[in-house]
Amino acid sequence: MTKARIDARFNALKAEGRAAFVTYVMAGDPDYATALEILQGLPAAGADVIEVGFPFSDPMAEGPPIQRAAQRALSKGMTLNRTLELIADFRKTDQDTPVILMGYANPLVTPGYVAFARDAAQAGVDGLIVVDIPPEEADPLADALDAEGLSLIRLATPTTDDARLSIVIQRTSGFVYYVSVAGVTGVKEADADLVAPHVRRVRAASGLPVAVGFGIKTPERAAAIARVADGVVVGSALVDEVAAALAVNESVTARVLSKVESLAHAVRTARTSEPEARTLHGNG
Amino acid sequence: MNHIAKPNDYTAYPDASGRFGDYGGRYVPETLMPLVHELDAAYRAAQADPAFHAELNGFLKNYVGRPSPLYYAERLSQHIGGAKIYFKREELNHTGAHKINNCMGQILLAMRMGKTRIIAETGAGQHGVATATVCARFGLPCIVYMGAIDVERQKPNVFRMNLLGAKVEAVTSGSSTLKDAMNEALRDWVTNVADTYYLIGSAAGPHPYPEMVRDFQSVMGRESREQILEVEGRLPDAVVACVGGGSNAIGMFHPFLNDDSVRLIGVEASGDGMGTPRHAAAINGGRPGVLHGNKTYLIQDDQGQITEAHSISAGLDYPGIGPEHAWLHDVGRAEYLTCTDKEALAAFQLCAELEGIIPALETSHAIARLPDIAKMVGKDGLIVLNMSGRGDKDVATVAQALGLQV
Repeated sequence: MTKARIDARFNALKAEGRAAFVTYVMAGDPDYATALEILQGLPAAGADVIEVGFPFSDPMAEGPPIQRAAQRALSKGMTLNRTLELIADFRKTDQDTPVILMGYANPLVTPGYVAFARDAAQAGVDGLIVVDIPPEEADPLADALDAEGLSLIRLATPTTDDARLSIVIQRTSGFVYYVSVAGVTGVKEADADLVAPHVRRVRAASGLPVAVGFGIKTPERAAAIARVADGVVVGSALVDEVAAALAVNESVTARVLSKVESLAHAVRTARTSEPEARTLHGNG
Repeated sequence: MNHIAKPNDYTAYPDASGRFGDYGGRYVPETLMPLVHELDAAYRAAQADPAFHAELNGFLKNYVGRPSPLYYAERLSQHIGGAKIYFKREELNHTGAHKINNCMGQILLAMRMGKTRIIAETGAGQHGVATATVCARFGLPCIVYMGAIDVERQKPNVFRMNLLGAKVEAVTSGSSTLKDAMNEALRDWVTNVADTYYLIGSAAGPHPYPEMVRDFQSVMGRESREQILEVEGRLPDAVVACVGGGSNAIGMFHPFLNDDSVRLIGVEASGDGMGTPRHAAAINGGRPGVLHGNKTYLIQDDQGQITEAHSISAGLDYPGIGPEHAWLHDVGRAEYLTCTDKEALAAFQLCAELEGIIPALETSHAIARLPDIAKMVGKDGLIVLNMSGRGDKDVATVAQALGLQV
């Protein structure tokens, strides 16, 4: 049933003629209560799809912002089980926004894929991205997710050629996540002109919506990507707001949601506004 | 969940997907998968090319100094009062450890692949020094990732790497030790996919690294097998090596895997002791999980977070172990014992005093178990121990542990 929530959201946005704004936040960052408050505020602030990171001690594909977010969450005792509790709490007030968990394999190995998939579906999770489980290693996980109706969302990257792409999109559903740059999260900047042909290629091969992430920090860049992709993912820029708010003792929730609003506005209006006109606003 | 079927041929692993039973595999981000496949294809091609082997053997002979001797440690054998103990003298290699065997193989492969930039991770600095050495020899730029804590406790090796022209990047993420250095090297690789070769020093990481590192290190076991047959006319009863990631142990074990009479014994570092959280024994104190590209035994908490390993020896201070060891343990072909910091320190001193050889602290862990292993194999038994590295790098650490000033 939960794959349906992702499909429904992307279909509705397609009908509206705009890209989805996908926000990434780290579960338990900076603490459980604040993370829940942020999650509850995200849909109203403009998030169409929510990715929730479950923290891991050794996140090999993350740049410094998300590494630090994971450390903050772990230092407050965040775990995979608590992440599922957080999603269940969020679902008490929101039944429509798709929630995708994103993280690394090892925390899933401990409960086992079957038990994890069952608990995740019960908590109201819709899909899963596991950074270090490529298609070659994914069958046991995909079987467990299929049994619960959860989507396994795959990453395609600048190193994915056509031959590889046919492997990458096997057993994927919901959407495909296109990693816009070769690198870790939150360091290099995505270039919409370079990304566009890849989005078309992945969309044609998979028949699924394509969301683009890694290296999108500003409203200008989010708008540029929103013109060429079906979804725009922002993560590092949001968790950086958590760090910045903590540093100056501001309200974390207000600061993160304010950033979400400015990015969401850019994504929602991207296809009806002129790119030239937008650049006049400078780096928001 | 662990496969425990005994195979007919232990040397037939990994399978085509890089599995040793349930262990190994290729758990890396999608960006790296094409590179991992490219490396696998290039490695198969090199293995099948006699010119590659001829070139490698030439450098192993004239640059590394192979074959290394197999030496009868007479006084230590007498002191222990049991079996005859032989040392495979890898500490006599250029750069003072077994690490160079693998680096030489991989640098030649990297050049065949047209790669122009080399990255590596290091704990104690031995693999970093060996990588910096081959990069200097072949004129390739070299970046070595090293945990900030290790940079501090292994200053002489940092200076050595700098002398050899390598850039040492102190890693401050996570716990600032070897596992974090490996994370940072993987982050570099995923960012610099076109020109960069990641030269992994341990028999770990995504397939084909565990197989490739093992193959390049197996020269030690092949030589040992020939040498012991020549001097003793028979195979040893036990082959012994310390195990962190496990490259020196797997290189020694592999040529003996199908010799059923030879016991294969690895020694893990148990730091302050197995009853404490401060150890680095992945098999004896961990459970299976996924880290750094492979499935293997890992030291972790009950939520699957990797916990910090501890050992007095920086080279064993890693929370995982190569996947082939995980499998050899499960199928019962190899045994894994442990040794504390204290026992290793005592063995370090004993070996220096009795044999005039200052062993690496890593190697001292294997030496410390020799009295037990001598009992296992009996009076007429033969033991081959891999003297995997020399201990000059460790004198400051040992002095500090003994409360002395250098």
